[in-house]
Amino acid sequence: MSLDQNDIAKLARLARIRIEPESVADLQQRLGDILNMVDTMQAVDTTGVDPMANPYDAFQRLRADEVTETDQREKFQAIAPSTEDGLYLVPKVID
Amino acid sequence: MPSYTVAEILQKLESRECSSEEITQSYLDAIAKQDGTINSYITVTAEQALAQARAADELRAKGDAPALCGLPIAHKDIFCTDGIRTSCASKMLDNFIAPYNATVVEKLAAAGVVTLGKTNLDEFAMGSSNETSFYGPVRNPWDINCVPGGSSGGSAAAVAAGLAPIATGTDTGGSIRQPAALCGLTGLKPSYGRVSRYGMIAFASSLDQGGPIARTAEDAAIMMQAMAGFDLRDSTSMDVPVPDYRAALNNDIKGKKIGVPKEYFSAGLHPDIAAAVQTALAEYQKLGAELVEISLPHTELAVPCYYVIAPAEASTNLSRYDGVRYGYRCEDPQDLDDLYTRTREEGFGEEVKRRIMVGTYALSAGFYDAYYRKAQQIRRLIRNDFVEAFKQVDFIAGPTAPNPAFALGEKANDPVTMYLEDIYTISVNLAGLPAISLPAGFSNGKPVSLQLIGRDFDEAGLLAAAHQYQQISDWHRQIAPHAV
Repeated sequence: MSLDQNDIAKLARLARIRIEPESVADLQQRLGDILNMVDTMQAVDTTGVDPMANPYDAFQRLRADEVTETDQREKFQAIAPSTEDGLYLVPKVID
Repeated sequence: MPSYTVAEILQKLESRECSSEEITQSYLDAIAKQDGTINSYITVTAEQALAQARAADELRAKGDAPALCGLPIAHKDIFCTDGIRTSCASKMLDNFIAPYNATVVEKLAAAGVVTLGKTNLDEFAMGSSNETSFYGPVRNPWDINCVPGGSSGGSAAAVAAGLAPIATGTDTGGSIRQPAALCGLTGLKPSYGRVSRYGMIAFASSLDQGGPIARTAEDAAIMMQAMAGFDLRDSTSMDVPVPDYRAALNNDIKGKKIGVPKEYFSAGLHPDIAAAVQTALAEYQKLGAELVEISLPHTELAVPCYYVIAPAEASTNLSRYDGVRYGYRCEDPQDLDDLYTRTREEGFGEEVKRRIMVGTYALSAGFYDAYYRKAQQIRRLIRNDFVEAFKQVDFIAGPTAPNPAFALGEKANDPVTMYLEDIYTISVNLAGLPAISLPAGFSNGKPVSLQLIGRDFDEAGLLAAAHQYQQISDWHRQIAPHAV
């Protein structure tokens, strides 16, 4: 599997990571190497094999829909880059 | 003091030969003296440690001492510690003061430990050499020009250098066992679901497990007792009874069957390690165990399978670092998109960005079935190999890592070569099984190790098997030349 510059641009977009133009060629090479390595999987016939997400095929437990956490907004927002009146601030989205 | 085991320290505390304050101070002195060279800690919490030590001494004087009262330990800086920076060795979390404790941190605190600090690791636990840390590489106390392994390289180097008697680690593809192997220590990766993941910063959630990195199997058993157990706050925690690990250490291994997979002695294995493992297995025969040749036919698919599943889960888990709620935010973002993309460009290191992008690829429209689903199917084939093998054997033995500690920088520029360092450890995470790495010799002065893999939730059996080998060997008693 090889990736072209458009693939890298698309992946960077999906992953929300800015990539400097001078890093694209290097990333193309390294991601291509990794994908070539993982592509050895494709030779294996897995027809009829159920995908395994958990080693014991366990399901995530559900808990009762009850309030169990206390309000710690101030503590949690104390470590935020920017807040005001209990809200997280980001650059203006709509003019 | 710094070469003592946890069992010896607890004995000194119980007999009042030493106070926790004295022991804690001796470790803080050792850190001040030697960690400028080793770089095993990201944060040293000296004042808090001494306050905890004095409180522990008071508790003991009152006769209220819990099991680990006054024992100094170090936490891998991936476990959230309330009020203390929890960086995951990333610029992204360099300013992150965790607002809560991980369950593992709470449980160990309840057992009375003193926390010396937070240890270095590969950024977000992604690496096998501890070279991807934002805080610089860790050096191996056996050879300071070599890596300590990773990702729990700081925890392993700290224990091997005598800068902590024991430490927590996490293991997603070998990150407890491989650094333990490269630093001459005993490292236990518990069964998936045995130790709570609550408050343990997520890398690949279906693989991550916390566990101890120790000098001896007995020490690992002592710490494991405090770490293990069902936790309602971890939705994949397993409600399985926790046995008395220390009491089980002397369970006889006579008559136990040890499977030796032929695939684990392939061409890439360093000859000194192959020889050390064979010698150790002969010792097990003398202890009364029976060796059985077995096959794990899908072994060579473990690395490709892992390098789809782990990055895919990582790309999802690491989407939370967006510069909005906590952690790094880029300077002067022009708009929301610039805030996200530049924060993530500047906040993550190169290996982390590579893995996020591989994972994004594997999960993206049109590729999901060929990559993520395919890897999950192969994951089942890998687990089935073990299920079949454990019908005829009690343990599976082989090397932990294919090579002894390698030079700093030697593999840093070649991700695929680096990934192959985890070839013997990764399949265990994919299968969810417990495994232990224990010292089994040296190659040119650098430690090499044996790995034992156990049945689901048989940590007690693994600890006992490792303990009994350590009664007839002294590899684990050797002290690194750069230890304090």
